[in-house]
Amino acid sequence: MKADLSCEIAGIRTINPFWLASAPPTDKKYNVERAFQAGWGGVVWKTLGVDPPVVNVTSRYGVHRSNTRQLLGINNIELISDRPLEVNLREIEAVRREWPDRVIIGSIMAPIDEQAWRELAIKVANAGVHGIELNLGCPHGMCERGMGSAVGQVPDLVKQATSWVRQTTALPVFTKLTPNVMDILIPAEAAKAGGAQAVSLINTVNSIISVDLDAMAPTPIVDGRGTHGGYCGEAVKPIALHMVAEIMRAPETRGLETSAIGGITTWRDAAEFIALGASGIQVCTAAMLYGFRIVEDMIDGLGAFMDQKRYRSISDFKGRALPNVASWNDLNMNFDLKAFIHEEKCIGCGRCHIACEDTSHQAIRIEPKTGGGRRFVVVDEECVGCNLCQMVCPVSDCIDMRPVANDLPPMIWPQHPKNPLRS
Amino acid sequence: MSSTNLPRAGDLVPAAQLQERFADLHRPLSAAQSVVEAARCLYCYGAPCVNACPTGIDIPKFIHQIRSGNRDGSARTILSANIMGGTCARACPTEVLCEAVCVVNETEGAPVKIGLLQRHAVDHLLATREDHPFTRLPDSGFRIAVVGAGPAGLSFAHRAACLGHRVTVFYAAEKPGGLNEYGLAAYKMVDEFAQREVEFILGVGNIALESGRRLGANLDLAALRASYDAVFLGVGLGKALPLDIPGTGLPGVRDALAFINDIRRAPDKGAVSVGRHVVVIGGGNTAIDAAIQAKYLGATTVTIAYRRGKEQMSATTWEQEFASRSGVVFQYWSAPTAFVGTDAVRAVRLVVTRLEDGQLVVSKESHTLAADMVLVAIGQTLDEHVLSGLQLSRGKVEVDASYQTTLPGVYAGGDCIRSGEDLTVQAVEDGKQAALCVDAALRRHNRGRS
Repeated sequence: MKADLSCEIAGIRTINPFWLASAPPTDKKYNVERAFQAGWGGVVWKTLGVDPPVVNVTSRYGVHRSNTRQLLGINNIELISDRPLEVNLREIEAVRREWPDRVIIGSIMAPIDEQAWRELAIKVANAGVHGIELNLGCPHGMCERGMGSAVGQVPDLVKQATSWVRQTTALPVFTKLTPNVMDILIPAEAAKAGGAQAVSLINTVNSIISVDLDAMAPTPIVDGRGTHGGYCGEAVKPIALHMVAEIMRAPETRGLETSAIGGITTWRDAAEFIALGASGIQVCTAAMLYGFRIVEDMIDGLGAFMDQKRYRSISDFKGRALPNVASWNDLNMNFDLKAFIHEEKCIGCGRCHIACEDTSHQAIRIEPKTGGGRRFVVVDEECVGCNLCQMVCPVSDCIDMRPVANDLPPMIWPQHPKNPLRS
Repeated sequence: MSSTNLPRAGDLVPAAQLQERFADLHRPLSAAQSVVEAARCLYCYGAPCVNACPTGIDIPKFIHQIRSGNRDGSARTILSANIMGGTCARACPTEVLCEAVCVVNETEGAPVKIGLLQRHAVDHLLATREDHPFTRLPDSGFRIAVVGAGPAGLSFAHRAACLGHRVTVFYAAEKPGGLNEYGLAAYKMVDEFAQREVEFILGVGNIALESGRRLGANLDLAALRASYDAVFLGVGLGKALPLDIPGTGLPGVRDALAFINDIRRAPDKGAVSVGRHVVVIGGGNTAIDAAIQAKYLGATTVTIAYRRGKEQMSATTWEQEFASRSGVVFQYWSAPTAFVGTDAVRAVRLVVTRLEDGQLVVSKESHTLAADMVLVAIGQTLDEHVLSGLQLSRGKVEVDASYQTTLPGVYAGGDCIRSGEDLTVQAVEDGKQAALCVDAALRRHNRGRS
């Protein structure tokens, strides 16, 4: 591997962009050291609060599966660290000493009380962390006590908490954002106004993960009842990609760095976030489901990808996809795609036909094949190039979406003759 | 049993090994395995597997129902098209039917295990059901007689009962089920499955069984026509084709189906007699079932002698390979000319054959196989003299498009007519379709007796 995976976020150097997010995997020294042994570049220690520590319930996690039992996402109703602050701080100090090349970020959470935030920030800073992350995102339990997402959903409070910490310590400040808002730019702008160098996002999405139809209760069930919890894992990645892109491309948040979180499971997921401008990556669910070893291929695969594309460092492709993230109004209306079916690869399952016939544009006809069987024929006049047939086709490369060479110049909706508001 | 002095399997094979050999041929899928297997199905639209199934089971739908956790619904999907879905899941040559055309063959090199998934769904319903999954229409007042309690007869009876008719099934054997009970290898139908399935089928109600009633002996077609609104014949091919060569009557020469039947009926397989050197004559799945079971029972050598080649065998490739793996030897292009022996069979004399312009030609070259047991599996034929009054053609009962024979009100289906292959699944389809035709005809003529 020629690629150099070391990089920098908010002025902090890290041997690779892969950090573990503030969550159960980073709850204590034992786990964090196992993570470092496995190769993780850094951890955001599980959120520390003001003593006395919280008390958790059982059970804590729920699962969302596909009907083929694949795990799509999980949610949790666990609170912040339930161990005494001092124990955590001493462990952070010890790990810092033993793993000098790895990053530890201290995650903190407090009620809206200036003194509480400042004291907590000072204590954590003194333990030797490289930066401080403000947990303004936890959507369950803590929010009922006026913390977590209860703060993150009020822009003034986001700004307030961020600036208290920023004024207290010279360390880089990461404000962790909740996705449970109407527009992610508003809390991001507030974090920037409060002085944050970076935002970490997304925290978990508020959810009821499933309903147990025997117990007639949401899961996870705590003695017959359940509550909403934070949804995470592969299924939330698209939500996170969008929010990271919005922050990275908006002029209002220019200068903020992002530490991307949200369903990152493979090197490819990580590369996508970096291509949208993320400076670093945080992972939780994938590690919880597969163990810390999952980072081995994240490192190897990202390096291989970069080698193949001749990117020497992360910064060579960071944000490369951002210029191509556009508003709908800036898309070329004259661009035209048609589905093309490679008949020799078609296995005859009929999925493209029924998807198009029932729910789209009746653009794939079934014709009997000479000598038996059937062929699927695209009706170009009806095909709107929507991709649905290609998506449902079980054979890779059987259906291409081919641009039509119509020689028309690009035209956007504001210029379109059918736009009633065209100037 | 055989009158010769053949050894008992129990003297040749330790009991534990016998038990293992006669256990379920295809281990059933666990619930977890079934979900994994179901996930391989692509949920085709206009699926080729459905077209390949003689009963037209909506296979993508029933597999999707397994995936969604709706196993009872899955079983109902299967059984609504094929009430013997349980037997067909065990005995169907899926490798030449649904699984042969599964599109996953092309993407993964092996089909979705449709048969095992079908078995999983049906077995689950049979094991857990409280009520019969189907209900009868209001009583039509019509009464229908069925002759034969095999797949065609029972399938007909079930569908006719569902349509509101009262059905009486007359059959000659001791137990109902036909070839499901008497003609399939024991390891394909373990744990009395055929009888459990019959009991399930009868659960719909309004089906009476009368055993020990044989057409031409103590059952008369004309009398049935007189006392019932319609008659359905699912009599199968009752007579084993005899091999008319010298020595046919020697002790030790047996009909393969009778041998298979002996094994099925024996609670202790160790009590079944078997030769040390067995020659099976024939090329179909019955020959295979007999040969493998002879080997399992402890025969030292088992040879299938077939007068044509491997490609011409009607036994599927899978069945042939299964026999080879079990130690059965194939002797192709060999036609028996005599069974040799004095007090019992000692050898089979065969001539070498070949194909010339599509015609089987016998050469002068001959060879001899030592044998103390010969199992004849060259097919069955219609017992013609019991079907007097019906038009037959080329050894089968002639029927029209609505399964009606040349006698008005008398219908037929299954192996005794020429529909598709002589398979359980085809017989089930015949019975189902014939019942629909009879129902339509009776209601059209409005001859109800209510």
